[in-house]
Amino acid sequence: MTAAPKIDPITLSVIQAGLQQVCDEMDLSFSRAAFSPVIAEANDRSDGIYSAEDGALIAQGVGGLPVFVGTMQYSTKTLIEMIAAGRVAAPKPDDIYIVNDPYLGGTHLMDVRFARPFYRKGEIFCWLSNTGHWPDTGGAVPGGFSASATSVEQEGLRLPPVRLFKQGVMDEEIYAIICSNIRVADQRIGDVKAQAAALMVGEDRLNALLDRYGDDVVRAAIAELRLRAEAQMRSLIDEIDDGTYTSTAWIDSDGVVNEPLAIELCVTKTPGHLVFDFKGSSPPCMGPMNSVLATTLSSVYLAMRHIFPEVPISAGAFTPLEVIRPTGTFLDAHYPRPVSGCAAEVSQRIAEAVFAALVEALPNRVTAAPAGTSGNFALGGHDPETGRDFVMYQLSGGGYGGNADHDGLSNGCSTIGISKAPPVEIMEQNFPVLYHRYALREGSGGAGQHRGGLGLDYELELRRGHARASFVMDHGRFGPQGALGGADGAVNEVEVWRDGVKYIPEHLSKEQDIALKAGDRVRVRTPGGGGYGDPAKRDPELTARDKKLGRI
Amino acid sequence: MAKSTIIGVDVGGTFTDLIMVDAETGGMRIAKTPTTLDNQAFGVLAALKEADVDLTTVDLIVHGTTTTTNAVLERKLSRTGLITTMGFRDVLELGRRTRPQPYGMKGEFTPVIPRDLRLEVPERMDAGGNVLTPLDEDALRTQIQALIDAGCEALVIHFLHAYANPAHELRAAEIAGQMWPNTYITTGHSLLSETREFERGVTAAVNASVQPLLERYVARLRAELANKGYKGDVLVMNGNGGMVSSKLVAREAAKTVMSGPASGVMAAAYTGRRAGEVNLLTYDMGGTSTDVALIRNGTPPVSNEIEVEYAMPIHVPMVDVRTVGAGGGSVARVNPAGLLEVGPESAGADPGPICYGKGGTRPTISDANMLLGRLNTEKLNAVAGGISMDDIAAVFQRDLGGPLGVDAIRAAEAVIRMANAKMAGAIRMVSLSLGADPRDFALFAFGGAGPLHAAALARELGVPRVLIPARPGITNALGCAVADLRHDFVQTINQPLDDLDIAAIHAAFAEQVAAGQAALDRENIAVREVQTDFSVDMQFLGQSHVVRVPVADGAPTTDDLRARFEKVYWNRFKVALPQIRARIVNVNCSVIGVCDPVDLNLLIDAAGRQSQATPTGSRTVIFDGHAHDTPIYWRDHLPEDVTLEGPALIEQLDCTILIPPGDSVTGGVDGNLTVQIGAAT
Repeated sequence: MTAAPKIDPITLSVIQAGLQQVCDEMDLSFSRAAFSPVIAEANDRSDGIYSAEDGALIAQGVGGLPVFVGTMQYSTKTLIEMIAAGRVAAPKPDDIYIVNDPYLGGTHLMDVRFARPFYRKGEIFCWLSNTGHWPDTGGAVPGGFSASATSVEQEGLRLPPVRLFKQGVMDEEIYAIICSNIRVADQRIGDVKAQAAALMVGEDRLNALLDRYGDDVVRAAIAELRLRAEAQMRSLIDEIDDGTYTSTAWIDSDGVVNEPLAIELCVTKTPGHLVFDFKGSSPPCMGPMNSVLATTLSSVYLAMRHIFPEVPISAGAFTPLEVIRPTGTFLDAHYPRPVSGCAAEVSQRIAEAVFAALVEALPNRVTAAPAGTSGNFALGGHDPETGRDFVMYQLSGGGYGGNADHDGLSNGCSTIGISKAPPVEIMEQNFPVLYHRYALREGSGGAGQHRGGLGLDYELELRRGHARASFVMDHGRFGPQGALGGADGAVNEVEVWRDGVKYIPEHLSKEQDIALKAGDRVRVRTPGGGGYGDPAKRDPELTARDKKLGRI
Repeated sequence: MAKSTIIGVDVGGTFTDLIMVDAETGGMRIAKTPTTLDNQAFGVLAALKEADVDLTTVDLIVHGTTTTTNAVLERKLSRTGLITTMGFRDVLELGRRTRPQPYGMKGEFTPVIPRDLRLEVPERMDAGGNVLTPLDEDALRTQIQALIDAGCEALVIHFLHAYANPAHELRAAEIAGQMWPNTYITTGHSLLSETREFERGVTAAVNASVQPLLERYVARLRAELANKGYKGDVLVMNGNGGMVSSKLVAREAAKTVMSGPASGVMAAAYTGRRAGEVNLLTYDMGGTSTDVALIRNGTPPVSNEIEVEYAMPIHVPMVDVRTVGAGGGSVARVNPAGLLEVGPESAGADPGPICYGKGGTRPTISDANMLLGRLNTEKLNAVAGGISMDDIAAVFQRDLGGPLGVDAIRAAEAVIRMANAKMAGAIRMVSLSLGADPRDFALFAFGGAGPLHAAALARELGVPRVLIPARPGITNALGCAVADLRHDFVQTINQPLDDLDIAAIHAAFAEQVAAGQAALDRENIAVREVQTDFSVDMQFLGQSHVVRVPVADGAPTTDDLRARFEKVYWNRFKVALPQIRARIVNVNCSVIGVCDPVDLNLLIDAAGRQSQATPTGSRTVIFDGHAHDTPIYWRDHLPEDVTLEGPALIEQLDCTILIPPGDSVTGGVDGNLTVQIGAAT
């Protein structure tokens, strides 16, 4: 290595903004050109720049889905290692690798990563990578969220890193294999083109940045920025008193075996350093509520970023956060454990464990537990009026935790997401359903000095034909945790009404393929947020107002 | 009657700006007075007084007001009740399941109408507009009475799928009309007949809850003006960039929200068309924020999907103006990582930057400009608090220079560099999100601070030139003076192109044109011609976002729609998807009453111009670490065909223009200046 040029902090600031801009433009390009609403509208995607040596995160778009905050650096690292070991074909310029294997630094199969080597002067300077949630990657159920899968093969097509684009040209043979194994394949080309084009945008913009400031200066800036993000995170961590903080968070069940899964967390703070130890958590489970290591790490990082949003997304910021590999637990799943619940549900419970452990140490920063479930309700069936099959998803929000400043927000989106829910009118236009209610769930916020936000209460009816209802949710057995004396939020409640008879799933908010016919109804009441502080200390005026507005 | 003497008066956050143009005598006056927040009419009257206007000779007054914007943002709204479909009263509070920012689990939301004033009645349509449950009129009467008893002044009637079939809303409004003590009744489908119950409902709720406020305000203003001898109508600016009679404006009051930024963009488009610059990126930098819009072919973009703040969508057609953050008052700081940050925190108008002398103690962009010699230090002398350059330098040294290891001047330069880099990035994002490369546009710089930063920004963006209008600081008021009457309509159709009933499309367009013409007739303002613009919103089946497709007239063929959609989609996303079927979502029409043109050449008095550019003095200005002795010119004295090489400062009453070394500036039509950005040095 040549001696790194000394960079003044002003140039450093400008280069940091420049790297961020490259990623934000990749995010924008991906969303704008994508075909699927899940990417184009819901922004279920992320783009970033990763180190050539070890895949470490250099910069990532601020509009990316939070759950991806820490995953792509692991998938890039794994790719680099596999190339070095000769297990994956070596890259050439303009190649793009595709991979969705969860165990190689991923989440669930639907999150498909692209990685493109970025060359300067004939050498790889860094990697550009992005993740997009594909609407389907095959498997037992449309959309990939099976509540009862017991191995990853049932969840969909698993791709090891292969070069989908070779020197700029898409490999039609690989693409044909993919298309033969997924549903609604004809629309996928719109997303593939968008995902590849976003990396091209990143390449153009990064070249412009390097041309302007010089490769050596930018390389040195990247190294320096990493150190500074690390220092910034350390200084924030030092708001926490040295010591040990513990918490437990519960997952209702894995969808197959009806037993709760425990996340045991012990956080140890020493100066400038936090250690997250999940020892004692439940072992790997039969059903799809396992988490792969990359998602477990990413969940800790995203929780910390919710607590300290001012820190840039960079490998340096993660350095002071040491996560001990939770070997032997369901938070470090290996092939062939099913994992479709990891990105949407387990990740949120890991974040809840982090919040619950640190709220006492950082009472002004951390909130009581938010609803913490993606509320995934899928309805698939046949509409006799249109003569077509349909698959409908209703993802829903819930209450956020009370906090030092105010009551929790009602009907906020998942901890790991940022996407909007579809309007009832659009659902009724597209699917043979009729909503009877779409309302605040009264009384669902955990009591506290600042109470939890309210969950959602909706009820819909199948109007025509037959359909099967599936639920992959959580917090049906245990409500989102209150903090500092606050009460837990209300639990998730799912009811299926068939011929006027109520049915409650055995796993409460998880079940696959419940048969419905026209006139049957589904009612879901999503969790409220946990309360914050002693309810006895609540301002009586706030209580009176809540009563007047029917919130409690 | 032609508009011979016309006044445009715009109320901004800090100042009320006025421009008067007299086409017959060629006279022009401008005024700038402090905005009076409690009753904006006082500021308007003060501006008229400052301009020394004889109202008996004025033909038309066009007014841009922030009355409704402020009411919404501060939730100082009229007490309003909602009647909605059974089971759906919380739609306005549930929103779309969002949080205010991607990271951080805190956040609050206050719905426009509180829960106890949101009532339900049995009624239901399906998505096809078929009645599933008839409207329960007895229940409706009971609920209306309950809202009257609760002291509501305005009423919203918002039913599910009313865009598909408004029969229940119309009947409910008829019944409410017999009971409600006034006319403040808004139905959900009337402003924008579009799918999406939250957005349509919030739009209707905002409309109802600002209606009484706006009506009282314009009535008071009309009375005050009449007292002073004004005989004409007061026209009010809408967010779509058009104006509407003050007699009609309250009916669709929500359309006036965000009208200020729209006026500025309309003025930019008007100025650009006259100057032959039809592709413009508008850049309006003020004290607290910067607004950006993209004008293609001389036409400002209009969107139905503006969100004025978190979870506050107002879905009526509005000029698509994006706020990108930094303004002159944006605060600079060194973060714990030792890196410089500018914004998003702002010193605002009060206390404002240090150089305002109102108690500001933190370094801002304006202060950095002052330290670098870019602003006239005489302004400092006028400050009551007795702020000196040394005072500002000391703050820069303490807060920025020390931690960064540089002196105060270098720190100030860094603040400007960082601010420009961030603004350029934000402008790029706006441009790219609209499918445009900023390098294909000229920058149109206005607002008090725009012309100071524009040349450096243009260089950062790769934009070849900057257009600076004659009066950058009163562009919004000018937008009022050059506005046309305008009425917009949107109707949801939601049909696949393959099964399209094209006759129904033609009928929908015809209905919209008739409604627009009827509104113009009621306004009774003389117009040169009536122009109609037609467009449709389309998407591919399976998508949820739409693109707007202009069509030539109100009778397109299905093949024409398909071809135009594919072309627009390709231009915007560079993706062709011939295998996927398309759908027509909305049918849109704008009916525009085109008014007489205003001669912008009046904006700078020809008599004041000199035959040669002669500096009034010079200042030392820092560029790239080097001190340049920079000549200062008074804009109104410059010859019309002036050419100057940078560095130069051009001052005028309403702003300062900075021409960096390597760039040059030339005079053009209407007193505009064009800055040519030189090759990179």
